Amino acid sequence: MANLNIVSALNQALDQELARDPRVMILGEDVGREGGVFRVTDGLQKKYGEERVVDTPLAESAIVGTALGLAVGGMLPVAEIQFEGFLALAMDQLCNQVARYRWRSRGRYGPALVVRVPWGGGIHAPEHHSDSPEAWFVHVPGLVVVMPATPYDAKGLLLAALRSGEPVLFCEPKRIYRALKDEVPEGDYTVPIGKARVARTGKDLTIVAWGAMLREALKAAEELAAENLGAEVIDLRTLSPMDSDAIVRSVRKTGRLVVVHEAPRTMGLAAEIAARVGEEALTSLLAPVERVTGFDAVMPLGKLEDRYLPDYRRVLAAARRTLAA
Amino acid sequence: MYFDRCDPLKGEPLSILAPDGSLREDLRPNFPDDRAVEFYERMTVMRLADRMAMTMQREGNLGTYAPFYGQEACQASAAFLQPGDWLAPSYRETGALFLRGVPLANLYRYWMGDERGMLMPEGLRNLPIAVVVGAQALHAVGVAWAMKLKGEAGAAAVYFGDGASSQGDVHEAMNFAGVFKTPTVFICQNNQFAISLPRRRQTAAATIAQRAAGYGFPGLLIDGNDIFAVAGAMQEALAEARAGLGPRFIEMLTYRLGPHTTADDPRKYRSDEELAEQKRFDPLARLRVYLENRGLWSRERQDRLEAAGRAEVEAAARAALEAPPPDPADIFSYVYRRPPPYLERQRKELPAEGPPAAARVAAPA
Repeated sequence: MANLNIVSALNQALDQELARDPRVMILGEDVGREGGVFRVTDGLQKKYGEERVVDTPLAESAIVGTALGLAVGGMLPVAEIQFEGFLALAMDQLCNQVARYRWRSRGRYGPALVVRVPWGGGIHAPEHHSDSPEAWFVHVPGLVVVMPATPYDAKGLLLAALRSGEPVLFCEPKRIYRALKDEVPEGDYTVPIGKARVARTGKDLTIVAWGAMLREALKAAEELAAENLGAEVIDLRTLSPMDSDAIVRSVRKTGRLVVVHEAPRTMGLAAEIAARVGEEALTSLLAPVERVTGFDAVMPLGKLEDRYLPDYRRVLAAARRTLAA
Repeated sequence: MYFDRCDPLKGEPLSILAPDGSLREDLRPNFPDDRAVEFYERMTVMRLADRMAMTMQREGNLGTYAPFYGQEACQASAAFLQPGDWLAPSYRETGALFLRGVPLANLYRYWMGDERGMLMPEGLRNLPIAVVVGAQALHAVGVAWAMKLKGEAGAAAVYFGDGASSQGDVHEAMNFAGVFKTPTVFICQNNQFAISLPRRRQTAAATIAQRAAGYGFPGLLIDGNDIFAVAGAMQEALAEARAGLGPRFIEMLTYRLGPHTTADDPRKYRSDEELAEQKRFDPLARLRVYLENRGLWSRERQDRLEAAGRAEVEAAARAALEAPPPDPADIFSYVYRRPPPYLERQRKELPAEGPPAAARVAAPA
């Protein structure tokens, strides 16, 4: 066990998997000599060489598209896209090609690969460095979308992603890359993909969050606990395929639901979660589902981003509304 | 030998077998006459297969189809691939896939809208058909890169057209191939049209082959209706790629004698005179003249070939038409390796049968 932040936990997972599985390779912009702009791949090129930790030319579509070919050819590529905003440049390769390749080849070439992408706001970065476009990808059949919220899950989910045999979009909440530490086992372990985690139990309402928003949800839950109100906090962890059963189970118990995400509200994941809860647990609901989200506006630059991003106070206000209903 | 000899900047294509059937013996590749006969036979059947797909479409038995009529020599380049090489096709590579051992019935089924036609035979390194123009170039670089990393001697050939050469993915693929020196052979079938857009509006460059120089590897412009030039260029490109010399680019000048797809009306963008003129450069006609001049072909052999070819193609069409309908549950079969519980629930929502025939809307042509 070591006390690690998310960056170190991810680095350890990649290091161990590069050592364990000769098919594993890393490719992306500045992932080698530089060790990635967030240092997630720090030291790995030195240790495993330029053929396995590859600095590529600047071309997102090619990073994802050649990763697909590499996977079909028997490698296990971990592609890095430097910021989520640049993923739009690889949209065809990720959504039209990678996601459909198992289907298109009738199961012959189900591409096992991971696309790692720093995700979301909160670090006062330029435009296209702070967005939360996870809903774009959750809408695409065939893609697995994962977002850890803790160092323990970061390592365990990345190892699970690499061994899943599926194409996995691995979203890394950059705001909490170094903001929190966790006991992370040095050895090998995986965290199951497709399973949400109950981060805190409670009986009065359910709060669903993921990535950097989990912290806000937990802080709101703590405040509520001081008033003897029990919030059950669910860390979704895998956004697609979504573990809606875990959410439905919790709502059947609490009768109230708040969903928190950084992304804009309209057609965000909260809408889908609310719909699934409506389909399967409508009679358990004691109040309308509350959504605490980014606004349907362009993610602002640094000076205003704290006003755009949900924080625990907005979660708390939503929780109080649903508890009062 | 050809890559060194021809400068793609000059715009003079490598030409060995002229349209009148005469051969430049000094340029002849390792492509003996018995091979030429064999290629003539397969290319003839290829053309019959293409025509059959058009007929099936007109009869309402096949959806939209992208014919390769006129491009048989280009497509025959696939016959130079080894079993361990990869082929990355676009949607116009029915001929190439046929030569690579994909049963014709499967190819018909694909175009009939039956996904089971997309399953490539075991052991054949064919990527599935790419419909997004140019996307497959990156996949070909990826599989070639994997071969290089694993120390496999082999190459990946990617097929695309003049239209695709304007796509960003083709640029990115050529750049990655150059930087990582992957054994990728880029085959651009320049058939003069991207649906309606003529080649001169696709790029201001004199040739597409000259682009290769910008990525640091050789490019070659050839007469794509000349099977000897195709053979020479392809054999050299594959040998050099397999030997670790990096990627190669071949622009095959050809002409799409048919429509872009069955939904296209080429009279809107080209004249009957132009079409008639282009038929003079037919890849099959000149090869036949060559073989006849050498006493290697006759009217009787032609009749026998056409009869046998028609039987082969008709049998494939029948097999495709008589295939049992696909299982609707297949919609869910290849989405994920392990389908999530909600997908299993959606599978149960499938209607027991389709809507009545009268309620069906005709597919957009």
